[in-house]
Amino acid sequence: MSSYLSNNWDTILTALRQHIWLALVPVVLGFVIALPIGYLGVRFPRLYHPLVNVCGVLYSIPSLALFVFLPVLLGTKILSPLNIVVALTIYTVALLSRTVADGLRSVDPLVVESATAMGYRRLRRLVDVQLPVALPVILAGLRVATVANISLVSVGALIGVGGLGQLFTRGFQLFYLEPIIVGIVLSVALAGIADLTIVLIQRWITPWTRFQGRTA
Amino acid sequence: MNLNYLFDPAHWNLEDGSIPLLILSHLWYVVLALIIGTIIALPIGLYIGHTGRGSFLAINAGNAGRSLPTLGLLMLMVTLLGLGLTPVLIALTVLVIPPILTSAYAGMRSLDPRVVDAARGMGMRPWQVLTKVELPMALPVLISGFRSAALQVVATATVAAAVGLNGLGRLLIDGLAVNDYSRVLAGAIVVAVLAVLLDLVLALAQRWIVSPGLR
Repeated sequence: MSSYLSNNWDTILTALRQHIWLALVPVVLGFVIALPIGYLGVRFPRLYHPLVNVCGVLYSIPSLALFVFLPVLLGTKILSPLNIVVALTIYTVALLSRTVADGLRSVDPLVVESATAMGYRRLRRLVDVQLPVALPVILAGLRVATVANISLVSVGALIGVGGLGQLFTRGFQLFYLEPIIVGIVLSVALAGIADLTIVLIQRWITPWTRFQGRTA
Repeated sequence: MNLNYLFDPAHWNLEDGSIPLLILSHLWYVVLALIIGTIIALPIGLYIGHTGRGSFLAINAGNAGRSLPTLGLLMLMVTLLGLGLTPVLIALTVLVIPPILTSAYAGMRSLDPRVVDAARGMGMRPWQVLTKVELPMALPVLISGFRSAALQVVATATVAAAVGLNGLGRLLIDGLAVNDYSRVLAGAIVVAVLAVLLDLVLALAQRWIVSPGLR
């Protein structure tokens, strides 16, 4: 194992770096896109159920199929990392739009009414009151999306761009366990670190959730 | 890109590699993984939910399981055990366990403790409390976890084809190998339709199994 690590250090680091980019760029893009979509699902309640259903169907498209199709739809090269980024962004949007809608719906209507009574306009009320109160639910969804993305990136290796997934396909082709194990360990570790980071951010930006047990 | 492959009758006969047979092998992986996963995860989840011991495990099983890359696990298992049904089932079962375990736990925890107390007060044995009160009341949460596990496993079972096994992933991998996008499209559509149908069946089963009083 140690000789594999020392001989392939550069390959592993390159794969890891690519993995991080391919997984996290879609999380950020997907989050930014999902916010307005989720809001629409709450602002116009009639849109909520269609939104949930469309998101469910989008999420059931196998990642492999999406990775293969996007080059045809977008006109990109099959080896372009853009395919993976767009595919994972679609999954992230599918996952987070619903979470954002559910989070905003979970806000106590009395809180929203109080904010209105205090003179908040719609946009200010959304940004200053509804979103912060919905944050715990939204961030829980963000954790799921981030971890799912990190493990999904590897499937991209089947079409040639997959970060740590390339270690899997290489090990599999050469009948060689080390790269596969290193890939799995790094991928799980990456997911754990990303998850923990979001938890810490959540504790930092929603300090009130820690006191809920005492006030309730 | 077109729908020719999907609607070509020649691909719907019952010969090797035809769409119906691929659907069957795909469903076979999915159903086996769901059964084995349920047998393993359900008792553990119920036990943790019932006793409250090991909650940490139940809460974190979800994210830990999601973070395991199925493709890597599958390739590791095939390299270790050789080609066959076992490595696929191991990889897919690992995928199924976390959502079922977490939802069994969450379902048990969501119960009103007074209901459980009332059942005990009426003289029910622990086993009766579990099977007649706790389990039926935990079912809605439990089944929603099972449904998300099923959706995930239907989409992910396609990777079995990447190591040379069957399932609907064959259409994706083989189509990609020969640049036949019509075949890839057929695979993607059939998998998505299968996922939606399976979810529908489970939704109907849910209406039928869950006590009317809980709806």
